[in-house]
Amino acid sequence: MTNEKTVQTVSDITRQIKQSLETTFPRVWIQGEISNFKQHTSGHLYFTLKDEGAQISAVMWRSRVATLALLPEDGMKVIARGSITVYPPRGNYQIDCDQIQPVGVGELQLAFDRLKKKLAAEGLFDDEHKKPIPEYPEHIGIVTSETGAALQDIRSVLLRRFPSVEVILVPVRVQGVGAAEEIAAAIKDLNLYGNVDVMIVGRGGGSLEDLWAFNEEIVARAIYDSRIPVISAVGHEIDFSIADFVADLRAPTPSAAAEMVVKDRSELIEVLRNMWYTMHRSIEEMLSSLRDSVGGFVTSYAFNRPRDLLRESSQRVDELERGLHVAASHILQLAERSQRALGQRLEALSPKAVLLRGYTIVRKQGKIVVSSDDLDEGDVAAIQFHDGIVTTRVEQ
Amino acid sequence: MTAKKATKQTFEEAVKRLEEIVEALERGDVPLDKALNLYEEGIQLSRTCSQNLKAAELRIKTLSKDIKGQFELTDLREE
Repeated sequence: MTNEKTVQTVSDITRQIKQSLETTFPRVWIQGEISNFKQHTSGHLYFTLKDEGAQISAVMWRSRVATLALLPEDGMKVIARGSITVYPPRGNYQIDCDQIQPVGVGELQLAFDRLKKKLAAEGLFDDEHKKPIPEYPEHIGIVTSETGAALQDIRSVLLRRFPSVEVILVPVRVQGVGAAEEIAAAIKDLNLYGNVDVMIVGRGGGSLEDLWAFNEEIVARAIYDSRIPVISAVGHEIDFSIADFVADLRAPTPSAAAEMVVKDRSELIEVLRNMWYTMHRSIEEMLSSLRDSVGGFVTSYAFNRPRDLLRESSQRVDELERGLHVAASHILQLAERSQRALGQRLEALSPKAVLLRGYTIVRKQGKIVVSSDDLDEGDVAAIQFHDGIVTTRVEQ
Repeated sequence: MTAKKATKQTFEEAVKRLEEIVEALERGDVPLDKALNLYEEGIQLSRTCSQNLKAAELRIKTLSKDIKGQFELTDLREE
């Protein structure tokens, strides 16, 4: 296309170089060490990737920076993924990164261990700083993503166990650069707001990178400084975060945090019912023993006064009892309702509900037949429908 | 025990107080007059507690700050 005699402009040749490079290297993985790292005020990252023999300019645009678990720094060994682009005004080429990962788990793990050791030495994990979790919280703060699975999990557990609470959500980003700062600020805000009894801080499962915000020092310090007790709920059972060590209570998952933070309503209703019963029985006993002891002296003038007292007391107990019955019937209704709801759930599992959906149960000599091999020609079988049983003979 | 409280008693306080009352009545070492007062208080408390348990709707609110830095609560929109 070109020969030695064709003279081109700088722009022309640059355009060709650009086209050639960009089509040859649309996606590359480059391992190297970061140097000259700069984050521009615009949010874009500029740095150089280098090894012993060469270096290449690199850029990461702000929109991609948001997905990073850990902001790169000079000296960090990384694998960068991206495309090679040419910037004509400067006549240079660079890698336009869409992903930067520390090499292996090494970097993140090292950072984790370093911080854990430092904070442990400062005493941030010590038991004496752990605040008790209130037994019956009425206002529960939650620091997590508004759109994440964690919020939905917590919500459904609270609905099932104890819906009479108020949840105050502080929505935050839970991963990427800046997430840790948002989480820490949210914990502080809940403390400033003040009207929560306990807070759950966490997110659903993910990779070590995804969970990284909960391993940042700023989050650990915010949890430590919180006057309000903090339950950490980060990832799955097996994931341990720095936040877990410093929190007042560690829940293995967000659902588990919700289970821990409220009691089961039906259990509480049972507790209240028992207390009613005990109060009632005690006062009855007290009165009857008083009746007995005073009984012998009622004719005596000297005991008229106590007798009046007793009579008044009895009347008062009667009145109170009427009040008790109103309250008791109320609690009984509640208990019944929760049992009925349970009953409905059990019914959905019962064979009858299945039969209602059009399935049948086949029995041979009273035994349930689960395989067609169990029936031979000529066998008599009973087919149970939801509304009755039909006897049939197998033809084939 | 304070006679009347200006601030609303929390559920936790109510249950704690109820436990105390039940215990005192069960021990049976309080004079009748005081026992009756306790009993009355206990019934009131248990009624409050059961009212509290009745609410079946979970309230979820979002806490945010307005431009002046004042806290605002808004109901979370359900999708």
